[in-house]
Amino acid sequence: MDIKRVKDYIYWLYYQYLLITCSYVLEPWEQSMFHTITVTVFAMVVYTAYVFVPIHIRLAFEFFSQIFGVQPDSTVSVLN
Amino acid sequence: VDPAPFSVILQLPLFKFLLQIDHIVHNGGLYKRPFNEAFEETPMLVAVLTYVGYGVLTLFGYLRDFMRQWKIEKCQNAIEREEQKDFVPLYQDFENFYTRNLYMRIRDTWNRPICSVPGAKVDVMERVSHDYNWTFTYTGRVIKGVINMGSYNYLGFAQNNGTCQQAAAKVLSQYGAGVCSSRQEMGNLDKHEELEKLVARFLGVESAMAYGMGFATNSMNIPALVGKGCLILSDELNHASLVLGARLSGAAIRIFKHNNMRSLEKLLKDAIVHGQPRTRRPWKKILILVEGIYSMEGSIVRLPEVIALKKKYKSYLYLDEAHSIGALGPTGRGVVEYFGLNPEDVDVMMGTFTKSFGAAGGYIGGKKELIDYLRTHSHSAVYATSLSPPVVEQIITSMKCIMGEDGTTFGRECVQQLAENTRYFRRRLKEMGFIIYGNEDSPVVPLMLYMPAKIGAFGREMLKRNIGVVVVGFPATPIIESRARFCLSAAHTKEMLDTALKEINEVGDLLQLKYSRHRLVPLLDRPFDETTYEETED
Repeated sequence: MDIKRVKDYIYWLYYQYLLITCSYVLEPWEQSMFHTITVTVFAMVVYTAYVFVPIHIRLAFEFFSQIFGVQPDSTVSVLN
Repeated sequence: VDPAPFSVILQLPLFKFLLQIDHIVHNGGLYKRPFNEAFEETPMLVAVLTYVGYGVLTLFGYLRDFMRQWKIEKCQNAIEREEQKDFVPLYQDFENFYTRNLYMRIRDTWNRPICSVPGAKVDVMERVSHDYNWTFTYTGRVIKGVINMGSYNYLGFAQNNGTCQQAAAKVLSQYGAGVCSSRQEMGNLDKHEELEKLVARFLGVESAMAYGMGFATNSMNIPALVGKGCLILSDELNHASLVLGARLSGAAIRIFKHNNMRSLEKLLKDAIVHGQPRTRRPWKKILILVEGIYSMEGSIVRLPEVIALKKKYKSYLYLDEAHSIGALGPTGRGVVEYFGLNPEDVDVMMGTFTKSFGAAGGYIGGKKELIDYLRTHSHSAVYATSLSPPVVEQIITSMKCIMGEDGTTFGRECVQQLAENTRYFRRRLKEMGFIIYGNEDSPVVPLMLYMPAKIGAFGREMLKRNIGVVVVGFPATPIIESRARFCLSAAHTKEMLDTALKEINEVGDLLQLKYSRHRLVPLLDRPFDETTYEETED
């Protein structure tokens, strides 16, 4: 029974996707075209995020810590 | 704290947008009863997704048009013949873009043929389409007992049995069906005179005149009342018949915001102060066109304020009670009785017999001089065929029933049943979480759908569950505000309404239509006083 509920829920999510993007009213071949394009774009977004986002986060973290790392040194040197 | 400058800033459209104001009007000095009208603002996410949906449809529309142009696909809508290809185009291609590319895809939710009397339940003929709604074929089956939430059958007089039907059958055997003439020539029957006296008595006016078609009543009589050199102030959301009549008359037309009395007052002031545009002469006549109930919004006109403005600025009022006659007021006399006002304050009271009386045609009521003038000068009286006698008898019988003159309280009970049904239905839908537009007391209930795919899905899912609804999209409504419009009837029993509500609840969950966030803010274009409702938020 649980598998059926999960399948129904996934089908319901698919139905919402069809309604929101208006592919519910399109003919089957138009729907296939639209799904292909959407899935391709989504896959590219996911791949780009996977490849680039960790590197960008690490670089940003280093950049900001470098700024805050430099400041205490200069104030100490001024006081000295 | 003086709220006046604050409210002036909040009038600016940007701030209104940011605060997402819904309008709840509170009790003023002119109103003898609370006026609860609400138009909840479109949720931002829903609006964005609706535009996304329309964007996808537009792209696919361009693709299909391209394919049709280059003959990759067969073009199934109207195109010129080969010999006429070099002439001026006969079929305006781009204007029908929306019709070709969205309306055709969900066309099966409209124009459904019915094969029984459109009472509380109706029989719908089943049809299928094998080429995506370009052509339909009937399967031969009939879907019986569909609960009818789409007919304008407010008091339940759409029947094929009962006193009205028997009286109409008797008159049919006496007078026949056709009149074969216009009112002015040989088409003035004694039945018409009887009807007009009855209508005048029903409305509380001096005299009335009846016409064969409700649309023609508006479009043919407004040109008889106003002409060049007059000014028409018409509500933003007026019906096509009023707009057509106003344009045909040749008068100057100015539009005020829907049910917004400040906008109307500003226009009246400007008209009196500045006069006609070039010559600065005073306007010959100023006519205000409003409707009793606006059928797309479910809102009721603010008649006490309109009449106060009309008296202050000495203009005339034309009230179109197509949907409100029979449906509002304790005895069904319309929006004038609903607000407890004097019918003599409204100069021209127009209405139709199509909705609450189960017949066809329209009427105009007012002072005797006005109606006598219209009898000779109205295009509809001179050229259009007069009402058919069985239809006249249906109107007479149903009107007498509503007034209680047939000796029973059936009419009174119908009016009360409609009011109860209205309150119950609206309350339950609001509790479920749908966005419902309009006034608490109007029997027209618009339920917002917004997304174009949901228009078709809602219509189809409701028919699968044996409930017939009317869904409306562009161009009858603004492009993102598509809706399903329920018309309640006194013929609906509580069980039918409960069944319908249960199914609407299911479909609402299935299609995720419960957008309401229950955020109500008091109207800010009136000064605050003790009678303002508290601001409630989730």
